Amino acid sequence: MSSTAEIQTGLAEILEEVAGVAPADATPEKSFTEDLDVDSLSMVEIATAVEDKFGVAIPDDELGGIKTVGDAISFIEKNNG
Amino acid sequence: MPVNTTDVVVTGLGATTPLGADVASTWDALLAGRSGVTRITDSWVDPFPAKLVARLAQEPSEKIDRVRSRRLDRSQQVAVVAAEEAWTDSGAGDAGYDALRIAVVIGTGIGGAMTLLDQDDILEEKGPKRVSPFTIPMLMPNGPAAAVGLAIGARGGVHAPVSACASGAEAIRWGLDMLRLDRADVVLVGGAEACVHPLPMAGFASMRAMSTRNDDPEHASRPFDAGRDGFVLAEGAACLVLERADAAKARGAKVYGTVAGAGATSDGYDLVAPHPEGEGAQRAIGAALRDAGLSASDIGHVNAHATSTPVGDVAEAAAILGAIGDHAAVTATKSQTGHLLGAAGALESVFCLLALRDQVVPGTANIEQLDDAAAVQALDIVRGEPRKATFSAAVNDSFGFGGHNIALVFTA
Repeated sequence: MSSTAEIQTGLAEILEEVAGVAPADATPEKSFTEDLDVDSLSMVEIATAVEDKFGVAIPDDELGGIKTVGDAISFIEKNNG
Repeated sequence: MPVNTTDVVVTGLGATTPLGADVASTWDALLAGRSGVTRITDSWVDPFPAKLVARLAQEPSEKIDRVRSRRLDRSQQVAVVAAEEAWTDSGAGDAGYDALRIAVVIGTGIGGAMTLLDQDDILEEKGPKRVSPFTIPMLMPNGPAAAVGLAIGARGGVHAPVSACASGAEAIRWGLDMLRLDRADVVLVGGAEACVHPLPMAGFASMRAMSTRNDDPEHASRPFDAGRDGFVLAEGAACLVLERADAAKARGAKVYGTVAGAGATSDGYDLVAPHPEGEGAQRAIGAALRDAGLSASDIGHVNAHATSTPVGDVAEAAAILGAIGDHAAVTATKSQTGHLLGAAGALESVFCLLALRDQVVPGTANIEQLDDAAAVQALDIVRGEPRKATFSAAVNDSFGFGGHNIALVFTA
């Protein structure tokens, strides 16, 4: 079980690695596509990395509903531990 | 009479090669006689009969940032590096061209083989869910063209001719046609290849097509030499920006030369072996001359395909002799660059244009004893040092497995 802050930090690391997003920009209100320029294929990579880091699988039908960094944090919180 | 009188000129050049990180350093190294060939030191090469390669002088990561690189196959990375140099060199991006009239034609022989093979390793080791979602856009043979199209914002068509080692030359012909047919106003053309990986190496080696002169890398690629024993695999890319002459002149663009004509034929003879007398190659050169409205006597220089294979070089010599004669100064720059496969025709076209500009024919390295075939003996092959010369037209010919023959005529 990770804290919200730990999840945000871990997610920011993934975003930096996959999409070159500066960690300071990876704040909850940011939209992946609108604000962070993350395309659909990169979202798939991010989902895989989330599964590795947090042990949380994001099914394909859930991935489309994750629009913001905050959505991703909530999903991980709800489904891990 | 030329079939089409629209003049198409070259306004930008770009390259990343085993000899240099750009056009200027590549050309300097070529004229200085340097070799890009080295012996592979990785342990995977131990059981391989052919252990030589001509790797890039500069890694693409020096010019493309990490995040962009990780979603581009190496063949796409080199294409983007060469294309961005050519595009900047031409100034076409700032010339007010409508994006809907900007096109790209980039050929490759092998395409994204490194991605295919690397992802297959991941599939075997970790399962299908771990295969990158970028696998398909990275391995597809139109990947280099598509990446370049995106990089320069081309919306007038992106095309990817695939004809093995003639691909880069075929791209130039395609771009010439597009401009003549008024299908675009500016076309960025070229070739890209990066497949230094055990599987392509093993495949070419099994064909007995590669040099096994492993202890003497710099002298392994020796086109037209009696002791040649195969080509040396190289990686890299070269690009050219083509525009109609009137438009280039109107915007005050620097002009390297004119793509005066092109010819394309097929052998209809064998899947991989060239016709022994270079019949199809000779027809391609003849077609290019007619297309350019020139006669054989106008051609002062030929940059030969000459890969250093025993059969290919002799067949090509017969084709050059038959189509052009014995007066042109012939060179084989693969003696220093190695064989860039689908990028070779584009790089050697860049060399033709620089040779025209500088009025110099690069020398062919490593000819100690010229092959005794009559056609080779008859040609004026420039050996060793570059030769100053006065000429106004040059030919580049390129051939690919599959019996593809492309000849291009450039004029100053």
